[in-house]
Amino acid sequence: MFKVTIDGKTIEVQEGTTVLDAAKMLDIPIPTLCHHPKLTPFGGCRLCIVEIKGIPRPVTSCTTPVSDGMEVTTSNPYIEDLRKTVLELILSDHPNDCMVCEKAGDCTLQELAYFYGIRENRFEGERRIYTKRDGNPFIERDLEKCIMCGRCVKVCDEVEGVGAIDFGYRGFSSKICTPFGKDLNCEFCGQCVAVCPTGALTGKMWKQKGRQKDIKEIETTCPYCGCGCSLTLHVRRNEVIKITSREDTLNEGWLCVKGRFSYSFINSPDRLTKPLIRIAPKDQSNPPLPPFVKGGRGGINNSLLVTRYSSLFREASWDEAVDYIAKRLKTLKDKYGPDAIAGLSSARCTNEENYLFQKFMRAGIGTNNIDHCARY
Amino acid sequence: MKTEGETVAAETAAILEGILKRYRDDDGNIISILQDVQDVFGYIREDAVNWFSKKLDIPASRFFGVVTFYAQFHLRPRGKNIVSVCCGTACHVKGGSKIAEQVKKELHLNSEGETTNDKRFTFEVVRCVGACSIAPVVLVNSKVYGDMTVDSTSKLIKKLKEGAGAKK
Amino acid sequence: MQKNNLKKVIVRVCIGTGGLAAGGKEVIDAFKKEISDRCIDIDLDFTCHYQKVGCRGFCARDVLVDVVDGDKSLTYQCIKPEMAARIVDEHLIGGKPVKEWLIDDTYYAFHAKQKKILLKDCGTIDPEDINAYIDVGGYSGIKKVLSEMNPEDVISEIKASGLRGRGGAGFPTGLKWEICRKTPGDTKYIICNADEGDPGAFMDRSIIEGNPHSVIEGMMIAGYAVGSDHGYVYIRAEYPFAVERLRLAISQAHERGYLGKNIFGSNFGFDIKVKLGAGAFVCGEETALIASIEGQRGMPRAKPPFPVHHGLWGKPTVINNVETLSNIPYIIRNGAQWYASIGTEKSKGTKVFALTGKVKNTGLIEVPMGITLREIIYDIGGGIIGDREFKAVQTGGPSGGCIPAEMLDIPVDYESLAQVGSIVGSGGMVVLDETDCMVNIARFFLEFTQAESCGKCVPCRIGTKRLLEILDRITKGLGREGDIELLQKLSSDIKAASLCGLGQTAPNPVLSTIRYFREEYEAHIRDKKCPAKVCRDLLTYYIIEEFCKGCGACLRACPSGAITGEKKKLHKINPDICIKCGACFEVCKFKAVGRE
Repeated sequence: MFKVTIDGKTIEVQEGTTVLDAAKMLDIPIPTLCHHPKLTPFGGCRLCIVEIKGIPRPVTSCTTPVSDGMEVTTSNPYIEDLRKTVLELILSDHPNDCMVCEKAGDCTLQELAYFYGIRENRFEGERRIYTKRDGNPFIERDLEKCIMCGRCVKVCDEVEGVGAIDFGYRGFSSKICTPFGKDLNCEFCGQCVAVCPTGALTGKMWKQKGRQKDIKEIETTCPYCGCGCSLTLHVRRNEVIKITSREDTLNEGWLCVKGRFSYSFINSPDRLTKPLIRIAPKDQSNPPLPPFVKGGRGGINNSLLVTRYSSLFREASWDEAVDYIAKRLKTLKDKYGPDAIAGLSSARCTNEENYLFQKFMRAGIGTNNIDHCARY
Repeated sequence: MKTEGETVAAETAAILEGILKRYRDDDGNIISILQDVQDVFGYIREDAVNWFSKKLDIPASRFFGVVTFYAQFHLRPRGKNIVSVCCGTACHVKGGSKIAEQVKKELHLNSEGETTNDKRFTFEVVRCVGACSIAPVVLVNSKVYGDMTVDSTSKLIKKLKEGAGAKK
Repeated sequence: MQKNNLKKVIVRVCIGTGGLAAGGKEVIDAFKKEISDRCIDIDLDFTCHYQKVGCRGFCARDVLVDVVDGDKSLTYQCIKPEMAARIVDEHLIGGKPVKEWLIDDTYYAFHAKQKKILLKDCGTIDPEDINAYIDVGGYSGIKKVLSEMNPEDVISEIKASGLRGRGGAGFPTGLKWEICRKTPGDTKYIICNADEGDPGAFMDRSIIEGNPHSVIEGMMIAGYAVGSDHGYVYIRAEYPFAVERLRLAISQAHERGYLGKNIFGSNFGFDIKVKLGAGAFVCGEETALIASIEGQRGMPRAKPPFPVHHGLWGKPTVINNVETLSNIPYIIRNGAQWYASIGTEKSKGTKVFALTGKVKNTGLIEVPMGITLREIIYDIGGGIIGDREFKAVQTGGPSGGCIPAEMLDIPVDYESLAQVGSIVGSGGMVVLDETDCMVNIARFFLEFTQAESCGKCVPCRIGTKRLLEILDRITKGLGREGDIELLQKLSSDIKAASLCGLGQTAPNPVLSTIRYFREEYEAHIRDKKCPAKVCRDLLTYYIIEEFCKGCGACLRACPSGAITGEKKKLHKINPDICIKCGACFEVCKFKAVGRE
């Protein structure tokens, strides 16, 4: 154990602990941008610089391991002045468009600019201009807002093991690149979006749906598979507009493409809202159902479907539908036994519905023939 | 969802196999591989990168990051002859930029990295080739010409265009 | 035809970079041809041997050719292939040297104040022949180390010599080795940093081209001292010739059993791999260099941990520069006391400098630490070209600073140069005269560092860009009141907050030029004038009436049609059309074009 004194407070920490982590244990705040607790330290943003007795120049607290007897100063006029310069430099190469940015209200850079009171910028100059839009379906990459913290690169490499992106070019022209500047073509887990401290990476489906201040956060569990990742639904006017996950959960905040981006079905106009009862005999359902046509809402060409289905089904009331199902199930059970019946449920129902459905199958029908993509 | 590595023609694959064989067991072989790819093809070809990415199970993004970081690598084919003007300190104070202007003028090029329409010459600026005592210097491919003046530069380029000391 | 016991004449031709560029290879071929042509006709009473040697420093007079006849050696300067015939006829055969081609006294003055340790062998032995190095005592250092000394002895010997890193920072070499030796670990690495990226420095190139075996021997001794059996040489791909020589030297050492297992019958084994850089200045920084050897982008990482603890592939690693390693065999051979007797109290031994710019005798020099700048520039360098006025000497490349005339008498050592705001650095010394604009020089260096910044940390990535933009507007006449203070503020913040040595030193050229040449900045900003008449946008061209003969040369040269005037009558420049290219100034034979 090493004894370290930070801003006059002393703490004993394990060998290998960084100054930043030791400060966190003492509840001493140090501003950071490129640091992420789950990723290897980077030391690029230079905001977490501190002074250490015996070292002539300021060092980054995120990369410096403590040594025994170390004395650290995290804030004094000199350090704060350096941080202000660094922030001004970052902002001098960042679009000043917080009023239209998806990330406003939830942006680390915006917060820091606020706390350091940066309005005028001494270092105004040329900004990087990138006009090419990445055509991938999920992730909006606004490289002009990128501060080159490298969190996305590291999360893709160290957590996902994919390496879809990396640093490219160098100096002022450096940017986060896909191979040969093509459109992003990866698993779209969106971890990069989750760790981005600015508005450089956002979800394409989030656009103009509402920002941090408008939303209500609802905790739930992802129904898509048996992992059971924790989800935070961002709800505005009873509509899910974004899904994130908190870092203090079992899945540590990481999600996959389905958990993070696959929620548009919830408010899809194609969704059935009333029970339908088949009117045509089964053999008439040939020829097969109409094909999926690209371009319609939710990927399905609506009008085609409506015409086709209306010849096969009729709308019914809930009472009628439930009575009908009960009657038919009972008949079948009586005639062939409970194991003649099987149930499949969907991840697109709520967890509560799924729970009830298996309960109904097991306790009500009396069979174990029940499954779901997350398994029971 | 990842795209499969692009397929390459059989003869290209044979060349790439040869390069791979040389460096397969080397740790940190990306740069050496890319240097050889550039030697063979004159620039870094996308299909070659994808081929190596697949064979070595290293993401193509990492190759691309390395390619764009180092000045030596080029993503586009260059001219048969590279005329480089040194703009290191010693050459700068002895008028290297005037020499560079003259080369551009003689080759009818506008900026660094450009190649003439006939693909014979590419003009580049380099940062110190360690020939400071004979500054300012011009390199044609790897031959060093020292103590250059605007006039001698004109003459050199004219001679090169006529074919002396340059590849056709 | 050849008789035995003939006397031996050696024709020694410099084929360093300068020598090659001036036609060294053609010269040596010419000599060979001339001699063999004459062999047919006459019976020569001597055998002629040709020796290719590395740089001996005086590149301004290349190609240099020595004719060594017994113990008499004469040097010819500025030799071209067509001159070989006459030298062969008159000197080699006739016995009478061609006097007018012999080098003059400047050559001897150039050498008088130098103290050559590394460059001595560099200019006299054939770098492509391992025997040439062995003949002058080569590989006796490693032999001595393996048979008589234990690793701790070697380290204390190097510590006692006072040798400090020649790559720039001046860290004591022995201490670095000691820390690495004490770091636990089975695998350790020795890296020779030959990524000589500083514009204006070429000593590492010359040493590798001229005496590659000394570097190999130095690495072996370092390996033995720290307990490493693996070395890497990281060398710039821009030095193809040095790479070739180095590879040849390594293979020769292998053939002899000097590299490999059980060297000289001991338990010690050592092997060297050559890794080529791919064109990135920042890879001269230790951690970036390691990243590059590992095949990654050369982006530095924060220190600590230092490479001696956590280096290549995470193993303890010693990184020494070429010149540092090349010193090692000489220290071991001659003893620490001998080395420590040269130089000053804190900076021992000699340092190689690349003396370039506006000095008469440009070239590579090796001087004892503590020599004054004045001695270097005036006694060795022979003063300023055209006897113009000296303005400053830029030392340490993009990380260094400009030292003005009033400080020419300071001794050249690590501490003194640091005190005046510059550094020894890798040893580039660019002499500037009155026709050099200091704002332009600062801008030049910032353009360099800005282009070479890796982009990882904010102060360097964006800060150097902003410094360059401010300098740019000053040289374009768009400077504002307060720009100097802004430059100073931004510079000191970049120095304090940057991640690696590149950013931490990049503002030095700006700070040192403001410190000593503030009035030039003020002239640019307030008066919109460039006192040295360099900054194009601040110049106006005009015709001086009394000198103009109306020849029309300027009119024809003007690319923008700004000059008018009839033949044999006074011409005029229209300042609104003039693009300030200076073409008229260059062509006028009557000095009738003025500029201010």
